[in-house]
Amino acid sequence: MSEQKWNVEEVSLIIQGLKDKPGALLPILHAVQDHLGYVPPDSVPLIAHALNLSRAEVHGVISFYHYFRESPPGRETVHICRAEACQAMGSEALEAHAKQRLGIDYHENTSDGQFSLEPVYCLGNCACSPSIMVGKEVYGRVSPERFDEIIEATKAKP
Amino acid sequence: MIKVYVPRDSSALGLGAEQVATAIKSEAGRRAADIQLIRNGSRGLYWLEPMVEVETPVGRVAYGPVAAADVASLFDAGFLEGKAHALSLGLTAEIPYLKNQERLTFARVGITDPVSLDDYIAHEGYRGLRRALTLEPAAIVEEVTESGLRGRGGAAFPTGIKWRTVLGAPSEQKYIVCNADEGDSGTFSDRMVMECDPFVLIEGMTIAGLAVGATQGYIYLRCEYPHAHVALNEAIAAAERGGYLGDNLLGSDKAFRLEVRLGAGAYVCGEETSLLESLEGKRGLVRYKPPLPAIEGLFGKPTVINNVISLASVPIILDKGGAYYRDFGMGRSRGTLPIQLAGNLKHPGLVEKAFGVTLREILYDYGGGSASGCPIRAVQVGGPLGAYLPESQFDTPLDYEAFAAIWAVLGHGGVVAFDDTADMSKMARYGMEFCAEESCGKCTPCRIGSTRGVEVIDKIRAGVDRDQNVALLRDLSDTMLAGSLCALGGMTPYPVLSALNHFPEDFGVAAAE
Repeated sequence: MSEQKWNVEEVSLIIQGLKDKPGALLPILHAVQDHLGYVPPDSVPLIAHALNLSRAEVHGVISFYHYFRESPPGRETVHICRAEACQAMGSEALEAHAKQRLGIDYHENTSDGQFSLEPVYCLGNCACSPSIMVGKEVYGRVSPERFDEIIEATKAKP
Repeated sequence: MIKVYVPRDSSALGLGAEQVATAIKSEAGRRAADIQLIRNGSRGLYWLEPMVEVETPVGRVAYGPVAAADVASLFDAGFLEGKAHALSLGLTAEIPYLKNQERLTFARVGITDPVSLDDYIAHEGYRGLRRALTLEPAAIVEEVTESGLRGRGGAAFPTGIKWRTVLGAPSEQKYIVCNADEGDSGTFSDRMVMECDPFVLIEGMTIAGLAVGATQGYIYLRCEYPHAHVALNEAIAAAERGGYLGDNLLGSDKAFRLEVRLGAGAYVCGEETSLLESLEGKRGLVRYKPPLPAIEGLFGKPTVINNVISLASVPIILDKGGAYYRDFGMGRSRGTLPIQLAGNLKHPGLVEKAFGVTLREILYDYGGGSASGCPIRAVQVGGPLGAYLPESQFDTPLDYEAFAAIWAVLGHGGVVAFDDTADMSKMARYGMEFCAEESCGKCTPCRIGSTRGVEVIDKIRAGVDRDQNVALLRDLSDTMLAGSLCALGGMTPYPVLSALNHFPEDFGVAAAE
């Protein structure tokens, strides 16, 4: 097995801090992903053990939810809204532009590790469609030109 | 000191409100202008965001949409005294879009600082809770029943009846769960409440706790709403410090605690039993009913599970009385509905109106017609599981029963407009594709039917055995309608069949009889 790329002690601390909450699994998965950017498959036994669950149960929960990922993302994740209100304002053209601009399809990372691209079904920004989210920032009325500006500005961030 | 308001609502931020706020601060510093910058919520006039307001002796004056580059010229024009500028909108309260609404649930939204407890109380906040603390639980439930409030998440089940069931279910532990998994496309009223007036939701949940004897509440918030998460947590902390949450509510010896839990991007978790599974830390698989959540809900205990807007409507009902709220509306649809105008409209935004306003009034008097200038061809009301309505149905009043009569739903009040470039067979295909993507997989009609639905629509669009495949699509839809476990599979046929029935030309078939 390859060496772990994440710190076992830090993750154990996260798990210990949350494991006694009722229904602790989602809060733990969120905290691990917030910390590492993803939920490493080899962290599953640790989580399962702490919650007295089987590894299959934990894996089942991770795979059920679109948000949780088991591989490291790019430095920033770009979410593009695919829902109806954005479609009514040209999001399909924006999706095509984004894939072309970043040179990747959904669920992929750019080769320089800067960006991941994910679809999202509604950001609640439907009065300012089409919408994208970069990291935790939502952007509205995103034209292809504005998309490029946002990408450039994100790249320039330290 | 002059009060200047710049929204912190995520849609306004997504259009540059933060940069505008920064520019105003630095420009005021440069000119030694004595201002107090307040980060309010959005008024919901989104085509005007970022909308900046200034308090003047005659009331708040609005400017918008303001870009950071406009700030210096606003100062030059004397906007701090409310003077004219190319971006002037006049007195905010007199803007017709806002003035003609009936804002009950949204009474404070855009007016106050969302996370200031003092501001909330100064604007009639916590009067509902104070009254509830003087009432017996059954009397609180009675007030809500009297109001005629029905679940605003979409199912429109009478809230009072749900509460009465939980009140009557004996248990040492009961829960209040707020469904804040607002996944429907074209809806953002929950987000606005949570970002722009989170205390009203906290107060509503606290009242629900008193009404049914629950001491713990959870807000199940979708993780796509990071700004709402921050605002809710700030407001909960302020309410705890103020004695409005905790073990001794306002010295009454009654307890109510509240915690926000994040979803993880599963649309089906907006279905109440799937949401409860998710809160318990499991895959969001829909449960069989019965037992109802009111009897066996979260962790098997009696649980009130209500949508954000339902719970946020409770404080005004307790404050002004059930009859006050009930006197708005029509038929069996009482009170108001926060309608969310989205998609291809000139004036998208939040319009809270009493039930009974027609779709046409909403689309044209408020929405201003299409943004593109082309005719509005179709409108989807009620999210991705709502029917597409053609122009001939635009005179339908917004009323649960009137919509049911034309095989449509009001749902959570989202209205998404499409102009005449929309390909309705493509939208029907998307309906099935979305269901396939989001199905929890527990029942066959939804899990398998949605994928077969995409394939059948592809064949129809490609002109392969068109008549046979249209018949097959209708048959499949019938199976999904009647045989699915929850509304995801059970209502996906609404957008699909309404598109087929109202826009058959887009499927290459002749109009139905």
